[in-house]
Amino acid sequence: MDRLDTLRGPVPPRPHDARAIAALAANPGCERRAVLDAAGVDKDATAAHLGFPAPFGQSAFAITRGNAFEALVKENGCAELLRLLRDLLGLPVESAGYTDLGDMAGDPPAHRRHEHTRRLIDRSAAEADDDGTLYDHPLLRLEIAGHTAYLEPDVVAFRLGGAFHVVEVKSFAVVDGQAEPEKVAAAARQAAVYVLALRTMLEELGHDPLRVSHEIVLVCPENFANRPVATLVDVRRELAVLRRQLARMTRVGRIVDALPPGLTFDLAPGPDGAPARPVAELRDAVRRVDARYAPECLSTCDLCFFCRDEAAGRGSTELLGRQVRDALGGVATVDEALGLADGSIAPGEGQEEIARLLRLAGRVYAEAG
Amino acid sequence: MSTLAALARLRAVRTGTAQRLATVRHCHLSDRPMVLIPLRMAGEAAAPLAVMAGTDPARPRLLVVPQPRDRDLRFGFAAELAGVLLPYIEGMQKATETVERRGAEPYERSVDAPQIIVPNAGSAAFVRMLGRSTRFRRAEGPYAVHPSVPTLGRWLTYLGQRAQHPGSSLLLAATEALSLHWATGQSRLEDANLASLVGWIDPPAGMSGAQAAREAEDPLVWPPAGPATDPGFDNEVLAPAIRAYEETRSERAAARVREAVRSQLDPVWRLVWRAVGLLEALPAAPGVASRWEADRGSFSAFAAQLAEGAPPQPKRDGAVGAASRLARMERARSSYDAQRAYDDALVMAEYRLTGEAFAGTVVAAEPDRAEGEGRGRKLRPLVTVRTGDPVRVAPGTRLGTPQRRGQQAEVVSVAGGEVTLKIVKGMGRGASATPGAVPEVGEPVCYAALLEEFQPPPALPAPEDTPWTHGGPPPENPPEAESSEEEWS
Amino acid sequence: MSAPGVPAAEEAGAVVRAVLDDLPRHRGVVVDSPPGAGKSTLVVRAAGHLAATGEPLMIIAQTNEQVDDLIVRLAAEQPGLAIGRLSAGDYSAPPRVAGKAAIASKLPDLGEPAVVLATADKWAWAAGGRTWPWAIVDEAYQMRSDKLLRIAGMFERALFVGDPGQLDPFSVVDGERWAGLSWDPLQSAVAVLLRHNPGLPVHRLPVSWRLPASAAPVVSAAFYPFTGFRAGTGPGERRLRFTAGGMRTAYDRALEEAAASGWALYELPERHTVRTDADAVRAVAVLATRLLQLAPVALSERGEHAVGPERVAIGAAHRDQVAAILAAGVPPGVTVDTANRLQGREYDVTIVLHPLSGRRDATAFHLESGRLCVLTSRHRHACVVVARAGIPELLDAHPTAGGVQLNVPVRFPDGWEANQAVLAHLAEHRVAAAPLS
Repeated sequence: MDRLDTLRGPVPPRPHDARAIAALAANPGCERRAVLDAAGVDKDATAAHLGFPAPFGQSAFAITRGNAFEALVKENGCAELLRLLRDLLGLPVESAGYTDLGDMAGDPPAHRRHEHTRRLIDRSAAEADDDGTLYDHPLLRLEIAGHTAYLEPDVVAFRLGGAFHVVEVKSFAVVDGQAEPEKVAAAARQAAVYVLALRTMLEELGHDPLRVSHEIVLVCPENFANRPVATLVDVRRELAVLRRQLARMTRVGRIVDALPPGLTFDLAPGPDGAPARPVAELRDAVRRVDARYAPECLSTCDLCFFCRDEAAGRGSTELLGRQVRDALGGVATVDEALGLADGSIAPGEGQEEIARLLRLAGRVYAEAG
Repeated sequence: MSTLAALARLRAVRTGTAQRLATVRHCHLSDRPMVLIPLRMAGEAAAPLAVMAGTDPARPRLLVVPQPRDRDLRFGFAAELAGVLLPYIEGMQKATETVERRGAEPYERSVDAPQIIVPNAGSAAFVRMLGRSTRFRRAEGPYAVHPSVPTLGRWLTYLGQRAQHPGSSLLLAATEALSLHWATGQSRLEDANLASLVGWIDPPAGMSGAQAAREAEDPLVWPPAGPATDPGFDNEVLAPAIRAYEETRSERAAARVREAVRSQLDPVWRLVWRAVGLLEALPAAPGVASRWEADRGSFSAFAAQLAEGAPPQPKRDGAVGAASRLARMERARSSYDAQRAYDDALVMAEYRLTGEAFAGTVVAAEPDRAEGEGRGRKLRPLVTVRTGDPVRVAPGTRLGTPQRRGQQAEVVSVAGGEVTLKIVKGMGRGASATPGAVPEVGEPVCYAALLEEFQPPPALPAPEDTPWTHGGPPPENPPEAESSEEEWS
Repeated sequence: MSAPGVPAAEEAGAVVRAVLDDLPRHRGVVVDSPPGAGKSTLVVRAAGHLAATGEPLMIIAQTNEQVDDLIVRLAAEQPGLAIGRLSAGDYSAPPRVAGKAAIASKLPDLGEPAVVLATADKWAWAAGGRTWPWAIVDEAYQMRSDKLLRIAGMFERALFVGDPGQLDPFSVVDGERWAGLSWDPLQSAVAVLLRHNPGLPVHRLPVSWRLPASAAPVVSAAFYPFTGFRAGTGPGERRLRFTAGGMRTAYDRALEEAAASGWALYELPERHTVRTDADAVRAVAVLATRLLQLAPVALSERGEHAVGPERVAIGAAHRDQVAAILAAGVPPGVTVDTANRLQGREYDVTIVLHPLSGRRDATAFHLESGRLCVLTSRHRHACVVVARAGIPELLDAHPTAGGVQLNVPVRFPDGWEANQAVLAHLAEHRVAAAPLS
């Protein structure tokens, strides 16, 4: 995988967190994104250097609120969380315990923290003891395209009957049993990453990986108060998608092999701390890898404005959205589609159908408008 | 996405301005709408930060919560909002007309109804959320609020729910209303940004729609239309102002928050009124009046319930309530779709492209043709239409026509660009057709597989008779009671 | 899962007996029936069984055609049973029903038949205080729960029968506000019934009598991954042969592949097209024409018969595709319809225009597993799928961005997985289209 290191340049790879791994499924058809992610390139910095900074900011209010809620759920040894899990999962009332896996002397590196998590989870999985336990601050590991990603789920619950549940604490509200579907989906995708990492670990340790439940516990504030509520969310679909996308990551090699040798997205800082790379050079490098822009990228990918601009430069019908693109039956540019519609361009092979439809649309539009 | 809408978007890209998707306006516009722009505190479900509202473009009312996390300030804000909204709503209830009904008592219907215009779908959802967070409050007991707060909550809930009713105009989201009438040269997702959408439709002089739309994405030029605020504004302007207020609780600090919020809302206020102006410039479609009449009826009925002391709307629909609402919405949906097509040749054009409708010229007609004998004799005129449209209606399909509303025809055959129809309804009951009821040779006509017929749904059980398959009768006292004490922190 | 070594008929019979035994013990009994597993046979048997108790029975189906089909079967297999049919005023009984049932639009006008059948919509109008001790609800997975709500008060106990793998009911309005409610009106009647009554027994018919041995394992694995079923006939018991001489065209080779193996994928070159892809539409029409010209003869446990146009169906996802196929010229008598309308139907040979053919992006509509399930499980002998190349790549690039609603049970199988499974199987029966002249 040294080819990926060349692509990234002499900066450390951007670590994959669960959110980044979950985002792999957002636009899997995009080669540009696949290559940049596999190489661990900082897309945010790349976009900024290209002059198209990503449009994602986070409000300090939201961050404060999120932290306050998580603190509330976890205070007094996760007392509030235990109360919820008792109701939801039937954790034994008296015997449930709390173990802080992050409670280690000094500030140990990630691999040591992971070893610690691994040891304690192994012991817990092996014990016949029925006591429920909450493991706070666990550190899990997942191999992503040859790189090791360390992942920190909020909490892992282990309960009576030997099943592990991933607990995900989020600060968006559940009002009368409903929450914003996009936010729940994002939480489910992220939790699926933890489920997979935990299952992988159990398997390596010789335990049955299916002891990690496909039902995760989503903890959110209820209605308009700070009081948390827990809901089980089935993440089997998300797990299937994740497995598919991880399998795909290993195929990035094929795309990379086809790239010109020496190609790099190097963002190494110059003396002033800003990337030393001339913008035009970086732009040409990024353009060497095909993007598959869709308007949905505007909410999921740091490079979205760059790719949108590129698509606009080509006059691509991708700009108008997947549905328009499909209605146009594969006609790639606005000029071509309009040419077919007004008859100034003769339809190529296989374009007779869409040309006829567009001309008909033009006629009907003129008659009606 | 139909080919027609796709073509309109392509043309918008080429010309740099939005293209019309409708020749007439399909939503009602009040003479005196109230524009309402709510802002929410980031990270919270229903913590209002501010509302700008009013019926006069020159005089917006600005209500601000200087510390949105403060529960008392929130309820003070809710009472203030009630002071703006309730007089407007109650004013609409004063003038009424008596509506006679067949087989039922006549009832009183308001001659006008409120119309709230919010910037986008997110604002409409936030209106519902504000209604949810206030309607269960009580004016007495612990955590007492001003008596107007629960009333406000019920109205916001009513308006927010009515906005989901197809064809209703009581609560309009500007982006949705504009998108119904114009296609831009960008994607639907980007159309959700009101500034960008208005930029495409009505760019400032010297600018193309595309340029205006791109500029509109800069939150420093065009602050977001809510309910979420720009994170940059939150972090750099709002957070310090709120912190200062938190520390001093002074009038001056409150004014600082207020001015910060005003800087975000003023441009949006102008923008929403521009959207109103754009819609106003379109002539109203014929069906708008009847849908507004339904809105007025619904509004009067809810006002009457409220006056009779009905309890607040439940948190979620019960089994029977859900099924009955679904039936109402489905009926409204199909009649709304049909009305728009019959009212507007551009909307009908979409159906012509998919073959569910066709336009052409009558080439043969047998106006006095009948089927059956004696008492069973029925008038069944035949009409043959020549068309260049790709007709895809199967023989036996019932069709309607914008030229003769209420008439129905059945497809007899489709062949070689000619469609033969049998008129089965709306041509008169006599031995021969009513003059003018059957189109004559040479007349341009249009037929569509869309019927406006009103088919009432079969009855539902009473909620207390909910069957065992659906959980049985609901509990007598739903757990709503405790909601008045629910935190709002 | 099927029990190895037990003859199919015996295994299926045991399930039917268990269902009948459960009827008096529970308020509701659910029977899942995969394609061609004898759902109607079960309904007819249960009807006879319940009628024999002397207590009146109501039968609820979803369409008039289903009601009529049931009347024909009931009359044939339960002679002497007095049958009544409730119908709307403008219903005219087809000849096959004539003389087999009393027909009226109001209950009192039917007299006192042992069994009364009607569509769910018609029953909802007939409510009038009368309570029936027994009901059978047919196609219960295609019935929306709000329809069940309107009529559930009319019966005390019911047998719910249906195919969970087919298309879910839908609405033209957005039902998000009801998502997560146990009585969500947009969920199927069975989903709502079981959420409120989790203890009710759910039986599964284990044998498909329709699908041949070449198809049952494929359809079972793709669309019924957790329950599964097997074919009632063994390999080689169903055969399709052509009695007229073929040519070595790609069309004929595809048809021969289907006759020999039960499946064929007629693959057109990769291209993004509009929905009514002219090449694909023509290929479908030509395949149907060639099929009949080859004078196919089907051999099965029912004996040998010539396959006429009435035993052939063409299925597509969209109505405009159906219209385009009809316009392209299909032999008279061949059924051409959308997946929605092919539900519950059976043919000897089917030709399917793949829902994802020629698309650049898949939508939830095209990925819905029920759609592909219906299209690929209507045949007794063979299924020919017509598609553009490139569907696996399209699936591979499909973004997963949809929202998740709390407390809504996840629907399985996942459309993506089901599509992949079917394609993987079809790849073994691929015939490349001849280059177009």
